[in-house]
Amino acid sequence: MPVDVDARVVSNIRLSDDYNVVCLDAPALALGAQPGQFVMIKPVTGFEPLLRRPFSIFEVLPTSNSAPTGFSLLNKRVGIGTEILYSVEVDQEIRCLGPLGVPFTLVGPPQEAWIVAGGVGLAPFLTLASALQQSGTPTTLFYGGRRSADLFYLDAFTQLGVELVLATEDGSRGESGLVTAPLERALTASVVSAKPTLYACGPTPMMRTVAGLAAAHGRPCQVSLEPVMGCGMGGCYSCVVPVCNSEDEPTHFVRACLEGPVFDSQTITWNRL
Amino acid sequence: MDLNVDIGSLRLKNPLIAASGCFGYGVEYAEVVNLKTLGGIAVKGLFLSEREGHNPPRIVETPAGMLNAIGLQGIGVHRFVAEKLPDLYSQGATVIVNICGSTIDEYVEITRILADADGVNAIELNISCPNIKAGGITFGNSAVGTSEVVQAVRSVTKLPIIPKLTPNVTDIAGIARAAEEAGADAVSLVNTFLAMAIDVETRRPALSNGVGGLSGPAIRPIAVRMVYECSQAVTIPIIGMGGIMTARDVLEFIIAGATAVQVGTANFVNPNLWPKLLADLKEYLSRHNIERVQDLVGTLELTETQVWNSS
Repeated sequence: MPVDVDARVVSNIRLSDDYNVVCLDAPALALGAQPGQFVMIKPVTGFEPLLRRPFSIFEVLPTSNSAPTGFSLLNKRVGIGTEILYSVEVDQEIRCLGPLGVPFTLVGPPQEAWIVAGGVGLAPFLTLASALQQSGTPTTLFYGGRRSADLFYLDAFTQLGVELVLATEDGSRGESGLVTAPLERALTASVVSAKPTLYACGPTPMMRTVAGLAAAHGRPCQVSLEPVMGCGMGGCYSCVVPVCNSEDEPTHFVRACLEGPVFDSQTITWNRL
Repeated sequence: MDLNVDIGSLRLKNPLIAASGCFGYGVEYAEVVNLKTLGGIAVKGLFLSEREGHNPPRIVETPAGMLNAIGLQGIGVHRFVAEKLPDLYSQGATVIVNICGSTIDEYVEITRILADADGVNAIELNISCPNIKAGGITFGNSAVGTSEVVQAVRSVTKLPIIPKLTPNVTDIAGIARAAEEAGADAVSLVNTFLAMAIDVETRRPALSNGVGGLSGPAIRPIAVRMVYECSQAVTIPIIGMGGIMTARDVLEFIIAGATAVQVGTANFVNPNLWPKLLADLKEYLSRHNIERVQDLVGTLELTETQVWNSS
């Protein structure tokens, strides 16, 4: 059940000129949060901006006895809301509603999990990698960014036993180009060995490509979509996504806040997204 | 302290109603909001059949407000009665069903279906959605069209009928008067203001529909003026709305002449704003020694030079 709380900013870690991680004190919200779920946050009390913003839960923050005390958000400043979140001060309070939405469906061994993240699309995957590690599921992260300085938290994933495959558009770290290239090679090579389930989040073209590759190789794929959202509660019908669950059903719009943000990639009508 | 207000034959336990289009079918909020504590819930507009709505992007933020062009995506009246209404009924919600039609016959048909169902307390006629091309607004744009829809629906139900008026007209008071004369029990106003936002980089509209309806605090002073204007023209109750965020805003509408209010966009910002709205409203009434909230309706004080009448 979602709660709406004033969460105190515990820390604001600037990762670069664009990216930061905001840690929030919110035990009631963090308790019961599952990988892939999101929160609606209101970083200012006034009307600029008026609406909340959806954010994936990046980490659930534990105490020494590992009861959750709060959560963190991975933020990239691109607009007015994310700009405010980039600049928040410690001890400031931020209104947070959550956890919301349908979480990832976890696979377990002997199956493998292949996570594909582009840029700030890394956000839902640290909690997912944690959960996969607990079940002993072999996990690989295919992670792409514009440049080396845009790739974050690599050590955190490595410590969880996640194998990393990196790509940058300028070639400054890992393979040069898009992260979908090494993914495609790995899928082709894995025909007889690993039977991975794919998890993807990132720019729409990346997710569309990943969904296409998953379909071509007969692998299940879950995508975390990030449409513009008004309320996060199913009240406004803004965040709709075109889906088609079976061949005899026409494509129709469903609310990503209630039926997502995680979707089976095969149900998405990608050419209308 | 008496918070009851009467909308025709319907008594609301308080004047706070969730606005249509901003609260889903009500059931979406049941985990966060105690539905029976609201004066009423105006559910999302229903056509006879299911409706897909517009392509995204459907909303865009603007200063102190937002534009929407959802396009009345909805499950249709039959599925509403079967799948949502029993839930609302069992939770004790006061349900105002907002209905839309492409023709007068469609309004009448939907009304007949709702009048036969358990748990419908009133019908709000959507004759004012700015985002769809056929129906609704074509009636609400004129006094004659408004009158025709209200009369037709009146002839098939005793449920309170509340036409929801558009602000996108030159004489909203004249339309309110036409609704009253045609037999409406109340009028609700305002729906959103037809508006446009443009992405200057691409030189394209920000919404896929091109235009949309502006809501939020940005529109409140215009809505308050229109409620005041209509209150001078009709004797039936007015349900006021437009950018209400706080109890202070609620009071502004009530003093201007609204018997009850609807809260829309604020639900997106704060999904359970109701307990605080109610507490702050009570605090005001107590501080001003007002026993019944109905006694505050239309109590605007004007000096001679402030008296204003549009007609």
